[in-house]
Amino acid sequence: MNVSRLERRAVMAQLLEERGGLLVVTGLGATAWDLASLSDSPHDFPLWGAMGGAAMFGLGLALAQPDRPVVVFTGDGEMLMGLGALSTIATTRPSNLSVVVLDNERYGETGSQHTHTAAGVDLAAVARACGFERTTTVREESDIPALRVNLHAGGNPLLAVVKVALTTDPMTLPPRDGTYLKNRMRAALLGPRAIYE
Amino acid sequence: MSEPVSTFQNPAGTWSQAVYDVLKAQNVRLVPFVPDGGHRGLIEHCQADPDMRAVTLTTEEEGVALAAGAWVGGVRSVLLMQSSGVGNCINMLSLLKTCQMPLVALVTMRGEWGEFNPWQVPMGQATPDVLRAMGVLVQRVDDPELLPGEVDAALRLAYSTYSPVAVLLSQKLLGAKKFGGSK
Repeated sequence: MNVSRLERRAVMAQLLEERGGLLVVTGLGATAWDLASLSDSPHDFPLWGAMGGAAMFGLGLALAQPDRPVVVFTGDGEMLMGLGALSTIATTRPSNLSVVVLDNERYGETGSQHTHTAAGVDLAAVARACGFERTTTVREESDIPALRVNLHAGGNPLLAVVKVALTTDPMTLPPRDGTYLKNRMRAALLGPRAIYE
Repeated sequence: MSEPVSTFQNPAGTWSQAVYDVLKAQNVRLVPFVPDGGHRGLIEHCQADPDMRAVTLTTEEEGVALAAGAWVGGVRSVLLMQSSGVGNCINMLSLLKTCQMPLVALVTMRGEWGEFNPWQVPMGQATPDVLRAMGVLVQRVDDPELLPGEVDAALRLAYSTYSPVAVLLSQKLLGAKKFGGSK
């Protein structure tokens, strides 16, 4: 049973403090709404679909921009749909990628049905078994500041599971036009050549 | 026990080098793949190149998302897969269509000319329709002599028009796979 008291938006807000050049990718659903409630930046790429693809999108971005830290925020259901990505990330070993799973043990968009993490599937343990050398499971607010620092630390890929409470948050929508999200991030990262390429 | 020898493994020196040269000339730096015997030589060329990154995937849809993220960050990818992998990519392809992101996929075909495995036929036969249904432009190649030029054209098409393009390497081009000898 999920007894976490951590509120997902408060967690994300703390993790995005002193953000600097941190690039943020989210999975579809709650993590996208969470990000939109806190930020609407050219350094944000909230996905509206492509379920199971957030971590791999983040890997591609991290490989292409090795001098910038990249964090993927996603939910437990989205991560479970793309578990193979954990082995691909671990073997590819980018030096600038973190995956933060905000784990409420539910499919929150569809009626709060249990995901497998509610039955004990441990995504941090899966990541360790895949070869992630840096994993953590956060249950206390006091652990959030250290995680925030680690998002910027570089080194081997990091997977953090943050157990969060089942909450009802106002739906805040990010821009839904994928071409806008794409062009504004490319222009921010690559400059004018992104538009003329 | 020795492994069965596949006639399907494209020997180095036919078209792999020429296609690799096209990828280099077009500044492709990321090559995600689920291996196929037909892609073997090309994969090995890419793995040997310190300026390219060949990334083994667990499923082909990972490569679609990977390539999308990489292109947003300024890096071009070419995704290598067999036709059966196209089915694994379907929903992830919505990312490319919705965001108008370019991608070139080189798809080695099964389930057609000279196929021996009935389980390959459904996805192989559906491959061009499935790709087109998801907004991917399709170029089919039967002649290995034409393949490098077709790949070059696919890259220009994809990156000039922000379109996903699949180049289908027909089984006739590759040679049909045989197992277990002839009876």
